[in-house]
Amino acid sequence: MHKARQNPLHVAAAHGALILYCVIALFPVFVIIINSFKDRRSIFREPLSLPNAESFSLIGYQTVLEQGDFFLYFQNSMIVTVASLFFILLFGAMAAFALAEYRFPGNTIMGLYLALGIMIPIRIGTVAILEMMVATGLVNTLWALILVYTAQGLPLAVFILSEFMRQVSDDLKNAGRVDGLSEYRIFFSLVLPLVKPAMATVAVFNMIPIWNDLWFPLILAPSEATKTLTLGSQVFIGQFVTDWNAVLSALSLAILPVMALYVIFSRQLIRGITSGAVK
Amino acid sequence: MTALSLRGLNKSFGTVDVIKDVNLDVEQGEFTVFVGPSGCGKSTLLRLIAGLEDATSGEVYIDDNLMNMTPPAKRGIAMVFQSYALYPHLTVRGNMTLALKQEGLARKVIDERVDEAARMLDLASYLDRRPAALSGGQRQRVAIGRAVVRQPKLFLFDEPLSNLDAALRMNTRLEISTLHRSLQATIIYVTHDQTEAMTLADKIVVLRDGRVEQIGTPLELYNHPANQFVAGFLGSPAMNFFPAAQLGSEHGTIAGIRPEHLRVDPDGPLQGKVIHVEKLGGDTNIVVNLSDGPNITVRLFGQHAHAANDDIKIGFDRSHMLVFDAAGNTITSAA
Ligand SMILES: Nc1ncnc2c1ncn2[C@@H]1O[C@H](COP(=O)(O)OP(=O)(O)OP(=O)(O)O)[C@@H](O)[C@H]1O
Ligand SMILES: [Mg+2]
Repeated sequence: MHKARQNPLHVAAAHGALILYCVIALFPVFVIIINSFKDRRSIFREPLSLPNAESFSLIGYQTVLEQGDFFLYFQNSMIVTVASLFFILLFGAMAAFALAEYRFPGNTIMGLYLALGIMIPIRIGTVAILEMMVATGLVNTLWALILVYTAQGLPLAVFILSEFMRQVSDDLKNAGRVDGLSEYRIFFSLVLPLVKPAMATVAVFNMIPIWNDLWFPLILAPSEATKTLTLGSQVFIGQFVTDWNAVLSALSLAILPVMALYVIFSRQLIRGITSGAVK
Repeated sequence: MTALSLRGLNKSFGTVDVIKDVNLDVEQGEFTVFVGPSGCGKSTLLRLIAGLEDATSGEVYIDDNLMNMTPPAKRGIAMVFQSYALYPHLTVRGNMTLALKQEGLARKVIDERVDEAARMLDLASYLDRRPAALSGGQRQRVAIGRAVVRQPKLFLFDEPLSNLDAALRMNTRLEISTLHRSLQATIIYVTHDQTEAMTLADKIVVLRDGRVEQIGTPLELYNHPANQFVAGFLGSPAMNFFPAAQLGSEHGTIAGIRPEHLRVDPDGPLQGKVIHVEKLGGDTNIVVNLSDGPNITVRLFGQHAHAANDDIKIGFDRSHMLVFDAAGNTITSAA
């Protein structure tokens, strides 16, 4: 941005608004993290104060880590999230490319059909999905979750990606064809790199709901071996007593991997959101 | 051997007919230019030749072989696109070698061809750069280099100069013309710029609404246009058109005279007011509003002191007059 176009008042106002939004958005996270380092009494007595020498305690983390399966839950969540994202991006991009690139009868109808999934929440079909999983013997496997999340993420992925793929220059794809590249190479090595920002956007939008989901793990894969982190953390929440130290510690730990994934995608994401707006 | 033949070529997108019954022969080594207004189907015709679109009907022959079912990479063509279409993730060398690697040529042959092309197009110092780090003119040369290394039977250029500034366009035009001579290549070149067409072509194909209006050498088309469209499209400033009766022609409905065939003449039959004067240095173009008719342009050689609002009289030589019938076709032996 040029100095000449900056009005200090506007800049201050914009920053003020953004900082305010940041504080509001981050406040719950902040509270969770500070309280995860306090003993039970201080959590209830002074929930907003920072941990000090007196109230500092790692009891929550200790409980979580001693609850031996925690790492397994962690691993399950990671596998499910990463695998689902991989399939959503791969199949979503391929379907989007076909819809955007090839003229065939029923192209529009197919696009609308695929987009329909955006409007219909997949949870409506839970009973049918459960029946199918039982029939195929996939209950209590991570595959059950991966398949469901892939199905859940595909409609929006196809919708967003096909819009971006339409914008990739025809000349570039045609140059590839004249040079003898197969359609697969055109897709993977010419088109995909150019829609990276859109892929990152799709990845981030899908990642968080998958990571946080409680519904499908509870229904499709509640066994000890396949519990996800969100489901696993529920053991600390009892009907009568809740081990708040452990819950808060588990939540704090659960933030870490999502943050790592987000950092990976965010550079592309920011470029995607601002592309066209900022040039 | 004809390098390219098109036989009864048609192309429709849905119900829209974009190319209508095109027949054309291009000889070995010929520089052929497709020219026509925007949207007339030039690029579509080029893509049909390249195999990037399937013809609705008709045949495409390259070197006398029917190509309708041959994929683009196997047609022995190379194409230069309007938007350069360089591969952004590859270096200049990578861009030029990709197709050769796909063909499975030996490493040594590939290197030789790239070096040769780089020398010819003055690209040697950029070979390891990415396209993003090149200027428009350099990108264009890389795009041409990518076509040259393939040693195709047929070069296809789709408006390769339209993104360059005027000076660079002139240079690159010269380069392409030199390239044509040194490679003795057969080239099909698409443009909507009639100057480019006139300066480069051995043979011009004028297209309108997907139909071939006329085929011929630049001067044939300039001197003997088949119809009013071709007459008006080629030449700059464009030909002046009058109701035939105004010029005293006994047949035809419309008469045309090129601006350079009009002259300022105190005894001339046409009179009007100067409304604009373009002083180009070498030439002077005067736009005159005739008192009983259209605006016309008079092109004078050298520098002349005319000004807007001057009254002026214009004369002309009837032997340079073209006469068209009501349908716009040229009536031969106009007099
Ligand atoms: N994929 C397509 N679907 C439908 N119509 C198309 C398609 N491609 C081109 N057309 C139409 O075909 C006509 C010719 O297009 P083409 O690109 O060949 O024009 P052109 O002569 O190259 O024009 P320009 O000089 O502007 O590049 C246009 O009217 C265009 O709208
Ligand atoms: Mg075009």
